[in-house]
Amino acid sequence: MRELLSGNYAIAEAVRMARAQLIPAYPITPQTPIYERLSEMESQGTLPGTMVRVESEHSAMAMCVAASLAGVRVFTATSSQGIALMHEMLHFASGNRVPVVMGCVNRVLAAPWSFGSDQTDTLSQRDTGWMQFYCEDNQEAFDTIIQAYRVSEATLLPSMVIIDAFFNSHFIEPMDLPDQDQIDLFLPPPMLPERFDLDNPAFVSNVVTAGSQFLPFRETAFHDMENAKEVIREVDQEYRARFGRGYGMVEGIKTDDARLVLVTSGSMTSTARMAIDGLRAKGARVGLLKIKAFRPFPWREVRDVLQDAAKVVVIDRNISLGKEGIFCQELKSAIANSTARPQVHGYIAGLDGVDVSPEILENICLEVLDKEAPDDLPVWVRG
Amino acid sequence: MCTQNIVEDQMRSGHMACPGCGSAIAMRLVLRALGPKTLAVIIPSCSSIIAATHPHSSLRVPAFHGTFETAAPTAAGLSYAMKIRGRNDVAVVAFAGDGGTFDIGLQSLSGTADRNEDYIYVCLDNEAYMNTGIQASSATPQNAWTITTPKGRTARKKNIMEIMAAHRIPYAATASIGYPQDLMDKVQKARSMEGTKFIHILTPCATGWRMAENLTVTAAMLAVETKVFPLYEILGGKTRTITYVPQGLPVEEYLKSQGRYRHLSGVEIERMQAETDEDWECLLRRAMDCQPLCANEKEVV
Repeated sequence: MRELLSGNYAIAEAVRMARAQLIPAYPITPQTPIYERLSEMESQGTLPGTMVRVESEHSAMAMCVAASLAGVRVFTATSSQGIALMHEMLHFASGNRVPVVMGCVNRVLAAPWSFGSDQTDTLSQRDTGWMQFYCEDNQEAFDTIIQAYRVSEATLLPSMVIIDAFFNSHFIEPMDLPDQDQIDLFLPPPMLPERFDLDNPAFVSNVVTAGSQFLPFRETAFHDMENAKEVIREVDQEYRARFGRGYGMVEGIKTDDARLVLVTSGSMTSTARMAIDGLRAKGARVGLLKIKAFRPFPWREVRDVLQDAAKVVVIDRNISLGKEGIFCQELKSAIANSTARPQVHGYIAGLDGVDVSPEILENICLEVLDKEAPDDLPVWVRG
Repeated sequence: MCTQNIVEDQMRSGHMACPGCGSAIAMRLVLRALGPKTLAVIIPSCSSIIAATHPHSSLRVPAFHGTFETAAPTAAGLSYAMKIRGRNDVAVVAFAGDGGTFDIGLQSLSGTADRNEDYIYVCLDNEAYMNTGIQASSATPQNAWTITTPKGRTARKKNIMEIMAAHRIPYAATASIGYPQDLMDKVQKARSMEGTKFIHILTPCATGWRMAENLTVTAAMLAVETKVFPLYEILGGKTRTITYVPQGLPVEEYLKSQGRYRHLSGVEIERMQAETDEDWECLLRRAMDCQPLCANEKEVV
């Protein structure tokens, strides 16, 4: 069925069709419409699950962890300060191996206060042990929520499905909503391990013996996260076969003969597709790498795409003070041991939702093509 | 109610509590009253030590160790999940210390109480952060020594029962390890009700209260008999009933049993006696305002 939906409403539809059973949530701009739309569905009797109007994001995640451990499919959504407040519980969720799926709408972290998009809120949760999927548009957000439940429940690792404030969350786009019975075939009810067996009682998540038990837990989780890549691939391929859409962990666009590869994530990728077309029309051999999966980081795919490129320019809508853009750091480390060693140029653009137009991206690419060597520090683009 | 006939323990011997631990006694009584169809939530506190380290458990019921400030929403999440899965016969109980209840967990406890989520919250109150080594909490009484209040705490103990009553939850009760029958009856009563139930148990800590290990239960009884820790329950946030009539021993009897009050002068003891009397009168008035008092009302007045 064709629908006109905002990114927030697309996520709410996906959560309804995924038949999430428990949804503890708390409002924050720009995530609020997800919470409101799910509440509306519940009041109309069209939501299969139960909403809980908790008193904080921290409690929302505590409730998600507990219910998920007890075998129930859960969902919550948040942004910015809410993600930061959850930080402790994010580590706790992944450590307890619960397949929580969370919608995240990237927004500036205060101070100073603002509301536009900035990926630093989710990227600063990099080491919490969650999978992170950055979506380009509303259709991808819907499809990724459905896929994330399959991937998380197969790997027992939690997922963040991430969109940009306003560009995705509030802008309405035409999209395709699959039939419920097709979703049900793709995503059957959860079959999670029974952790609270009254006949065989165990103490879940208690203190481990100092020095000998923690490391094996972490090492197992590390390998499971690495192996999750195969699950992500399989689920995406199956989704494509069933619904006609798939995304991959990365997407290379016109990269085969590209001397320069532009690297983007999130909604900026749509703009970058236009910029690449514009540059190609001017005769520049420029390609585009979209990074969708940030954790697990698809280093092999990134290396493959960049194999023949002479230069790479990474546009980050985020910043790690004292270093550089976070996707740029990750990309550099991914190719450090690769035979391909393109120059890597880092640019910071679009913080707080400042519009990054196709012209800006074209000019950045032209500037980098002319540069002899990359700057050591990122280049700031004010828009 | 025939809790006196329950002899099956859901807690094993050989747990890791300090000798003379009041919290371990309280956990044993609570779990005995609840029986085997129970899920327990433990948070960082003495109870996380008592319940033992991976892969062992001193509990015979399934348990989950949540985070410090989330005993309430963790238990509520398990309770929702059990109902969604059709397991309405399983009770969920959260064990939290006074720090996890009065201080860091108060917001989330208030949240679940406001939503009246269906589980039993047990506060094991040993009146300080004992698991980290005797630091003051807002449950530490005025004048009590702790390592972070070497001259005694200046503020008075927070009235957690009135805070919980203000949420109009179906049931809130105080209980003492010195009166196990009363304690277990209250736990069973809580289990029979829908919604958020709060049980506040004073659990003397020989280590932190600076007293001999064999005085735990004596101290618990003295707290009740001196009216420092009266035994009562509040139904629906309104109806207060005193469930045991104390002898009204001098507060000094209670204070002198513990090294943490060793530095007190006569003036301070007199003031604590006056404040205890005032609190008791206040409780009594409220109990009388609401409904006929306990059986031996006349003796009390």
